[in-house]
Amino acid sequence: MAPNRVSPDIQAGRLPADQYADNFDDLHEPLDRHEAVVEADRCYFCYDAPCQTACPTSIDIPMFIRQISTGNANGAARTIFDQNILGGMCARVCPTETLCEEVCVREVAEGKPVKIGLLQRYATDHFLETAEQHPYERAAPTGKSVAIVGAGPAGLSCAHALARHGHDVTIFEAREKAGGLNEHGIAAYKTTENFAQREVDFITGIGGIAIRNGMALGRDVTLDDLVAGHDAVFLGMGLPGVNDLGLEGDDADNCIDAVAYIEKLRQTDDLSALPVGRNIVVIGGGMTAIDVAVQTKLLGAETVTICYRRGPEQMNASQYEQEVAQTHGVTIRHWLQPQALVRNDDGAVTGITLEYTAMNGKLSGTGETVTLDADQVFKAIGQKPVEGLFGGVSLDLSGGRIFTDDDRRTSHDKVWAGGDCIAGGEDLTVVAVEDGKIAAASIHKRLTG
Amino acid sequence: MADLHTNFLGVSSPNPFWLASAPPTDKQYNVERAFEAGWGGVVWKTLGEAGPPVVNVNGPRYGAIWGPDRRLLGLNNIELITDRDLEVNLREIETVKKNWPDRAMIVSLMVPCEEEPWKNILASVEQTGADAVELNFGCPHGMSERGMGSAVGQVPEYIEMVARWCKQHSDLPVIVKLTPNITDIRKPAEAAKRGGADAVSLINTINSIVSVDLDSYSPVPSIDGKGSHGGYCGPAVKPIALSMVSEIARHPETHGMPISGIGGIQTWRDAAEYIALGCGTVQVCTAAMTYGFKIVQEMIAGLEAWMDEKGHATIEDFRGMAVPNVTDWQYLNLNYVTKARINQDLCISCGRCHIACEDTSHQAITNMVDGVRKFEVIDEECVGCNLCVNVCPVDDCITMEQISGTDPRTGKPIDPDYGNWTEHPNNPSVQREAAE
Ligand SMILES: Cc1cc2nc3c(=O)[nH]c(=O)nc-3n(C[C@H](O)[C@H](O)[C@H](O)COP(=O)(O)OP(=O)(O)OC[C@H]3O[C@@H](n4cnc5c(N)ncnc54)[C@H](O)[C@@H]3O)c2cc1C
Ligand SMILES: Cc1cc2nc3c(=O)[nH]c(=O)nc-3n(C[C@H](O)[C@H](O)[C@H](O)COP(=O)(O)O)c2cc1C
Ligand code: SF4
Ligand code: SF4
Ligand code: SF4
Repeated sequence: MAPNRVSPDIQAGRLPADQYADNFDDLHEPLDRHEAVVEADRCYFCYDAPCQTACPTSIDIPMFIRQISTGNANGAARTIFDQNILGGMCARVCPTETLCEEVCVREVAEGKPVKIGLLQRYATDHFLETAEQHPYERAAPTGKSVAIVGAGPAGLSCAHALARHGHDVTIFEAREKAGGLNEHGIAAYKTTENFAQREVDFITGIGGIAIRNGMALGRDVTLDDLVAGHDAVFLGMGLPGVNDLGLEGDDADNCIDAVAYIEKLRQTDDLSALPVGRNIVVIGGGMTAIDVAVQTKLLGAETVTICYRRGPEQMNASQYEQEVAQTHGVTIRHWLQPQALVRNDDGAVTGITLEYTAMNGKLSGTGETVTLDADQVFKAIGQKPVEGLFGGVSLDLSGGRIFTDDDRRTSHDKVWAGGDCIAGGEDLTVVAVEDGKIAAASIHKRLTG
Repeated sequence: MADLHTNFLGVSSPNPFWLASAPPTDKQYNVERAFEAGWGGVVWKTLGEAGPPVVNVNGPRYGAIWGPDRRLLGLNNIELITDRDLEVNLREIETVKKNWPDRAMIVSLMVPCEEEPWKNILASVEQTGADAVELNFGCPHGMSERGMGSAVGQVPEYIEMVARWCKQHSDLPVIVKLTPNITDIRKPAEAAKRGGADAVSLINTINSIVSVDLDSYSPVPSIDGKGSHGGYCGPAVKPIALSMVSEIARHPETHGMPISGIGGIQTWRDAAEYIALGCGTVQVCTAAMTYGFKIVQEMIAGLEAWMDEKGHATIEDFRGMAVPNVTDWQYLNLNYVTKARINQDLCISCGRCHIACEDTSHQAITNMVDGVRKFEVIDEECVGCNLCVNVCPVDDCITMEQISGTDPRTGKPIDPDYGNWTEHPNNPSVQREAAE
């Protein structure tokens, strides 16, 4: 056989230099004051409002919208922060089309919900831009200390609530920057202008929260030490592991973990220096698949194809997210599962062979295959916990994730957990925030009760 | 097709829509644009005496309140009568009337409360070929401090006196424009009639402070940190004006007196309501000042369509039809029992009807039925007050339905016959009679 020297086409700087900023600008333009007031006027101030019920953090949506319409945007932000201290990020990243806006009575009535997410952004942005002080004061010091693992949305939300109650909080964060996936995972065009760090500064502005970066549980500190050295521990380390395709050669340099690639994209200060393939195949059907597909397209990839093994309804990404991908020029192909990577003699991936699938009682391959050219293959088939982090402490798990009760308490009576690392609930920023909030309330009760 | 042609005091106009005396009618340029757009007539902006004209403030003269989407609901002004030279106005009036002979040209007047000035100005107006005069006894600000406008309109004897002078010194039909800033609107209307006026027009603007600036603590509009009450108009005043019109239309002393209806008219529908309460023409100011002259085209088309639908060939066919239905509370039928009905197909589950009834009325609307969010009327509690209908954001979603048989709220049979308070057993005077 002739030697296969076809090498993948991966290059940086596919676009004119000035186009990157445009491409990665806000997906949704923020509302200006006039637009916000016009939109706020559409809200009916519903009783027992369906939107509020649908919000995982139960933000009093009718109230904050009314406050916007009466010219009290910072008061509106207060109403939001009362329930969700990461209300600014949630306004940007929540899939509102499946949460509050899906059930807004004006969605029911006219197919046009009140733009709750954008109004929330208007209020919280207004606060962060104009308020001179943190909105809350700490209670008198309690002398209690709580250790938190992970400075993602769950950890930050928990930390803020505890600090407000007067407890001292230390966050152990493996990475050099706080924010979790807000900083490293969320699509760049959803959180522009370094918002994740600005929000971290806002949250820690209450005082009493120390973040120790570069401190990983299981590497630099053990759970036994944390339990021994603190009055309570909250685990919010997300899902740092990723699932593999399980195909031969999937460790090739250009068969890439989508989350890691997005992290690189989020952390670079020069998008034009980030290498991207010409033809891209993304395996997966969730938000990560959508995000990596859209962002590689925005970096200048020529073709980007998402391959998902089931149909559009089964995708974890909402209908709306799928449309966002499609309007950015991403092709979504359904009923295809990866079968083998096509590689050159150096082991680099140059394509992927996929098998068609069908539902015959259960999902199975039909035997028919298709091979797509690929200069990069992205793995976006889910994240998983990293094992062996807890040392001598034993915690009950459920499906590999930490088991907690309704108060987010684990099987260990000094340890609480929340966010992506626990079993149950959707893997969403807003859900992580709520977990942190619930856990903080439970910890506070325990420490002061 | 319905004929909108109107004959009011012998003054004919192609439709009943006149522009009220105000900035839209302050000069030839505006009035001719209005006629081009289709307005049936105008009442020229109020003229004062010859000599140096009044001066207006040079700062803001309007304030407003708004509804959702910043729709203007109420407008307030501190403008005075025309600040242009009398001669210029008269010349323009004459020219416009010549150019537009088929439109009604009414001239509004306000001069000091003495016979000579009225006599003089009437003579000048007659020479312009104008069709009628309207006596502005309504302006509630500025001019009233100088003994004119509402200062006259609030004293029936003055109204009568001036109306009489006008009839004596001129052959022109005389319309007296009434101020609403008075307790009983029938009194000035009676006075106008006694003085020989041919018609009344109402309402002029209502005393108002539209808001207070919370930085300068000054009423709005603020002139260098101070404000003065102004005159209120626009959609917000329509209910007040309709009530006053109805008072005059059904009062035995003034019943049948021609009325030109004014106040908050925005659409053909508003106009039709005024006409149903007896008005022969209607006058519009704020709507034109908000949207421009073109709105008259909607008014004309809408009124024609509605009249066709109802089978009214002319304005006279339905004018005054609502007057006999305006009555006193004591004659309302207490045996007319209604219950709210929610159309579940239209309901969007906002919950407003529930919370309104729950918090402020009669706890007669559910919010949960069998654990599901659902809004249903509880007939046993509903007093039929109509509050829910008014707070529901969906048109026609909640309606009131008359019931018969037994009222589930009282458990008592409903008398199918008319019965009012005057004969109700709870009425103290009925009890007294029974005791005697
Ligand atoms: C690509 C991508 C896009 C997404 N887009 C959206 C979106 O648009 N909207 C939405 O609502 N959700 C989105 N999500 C989901 C959302 O980001 C997560 O549900 C949310 O961030 C979970 O918060 P968390 O605090 O539990 O974990 P994370 O945000 O993952 O934070 C965990 C933190 O713990 C740290 N950590 C991990 N291990 C250790 C350790 N051993 N010791 C110390 N620290 C540790 C991590 O460095 C990190 O800072 C997306 C997720 C991904 C991957
Ligand atoms: C700015 C302004 C100036 C007015 N000037 C006069 C006036 O000079 N003479 C008069 O009789 N009425 C005057 N009015 C009252 C209007 O003619 C009319 O009676 C009142 O605005 C109610 O009608 P609307 O609700 O359609 O505006 C004025 C109203 C406004 C808004
Ligand atoms: S459901 Fe819609 S209209 Fe009702 S309160 Fe919420 S945002 Fe406002
Ligand atoms: S009519 Fe009045 S009492 Fe009856 S349900 Fe409506 S608000 Fe309640
Ligand atoms: S106010 Fe109207 S739309 Fe809202 S719940 Fe009641 S009936 Fe339904």
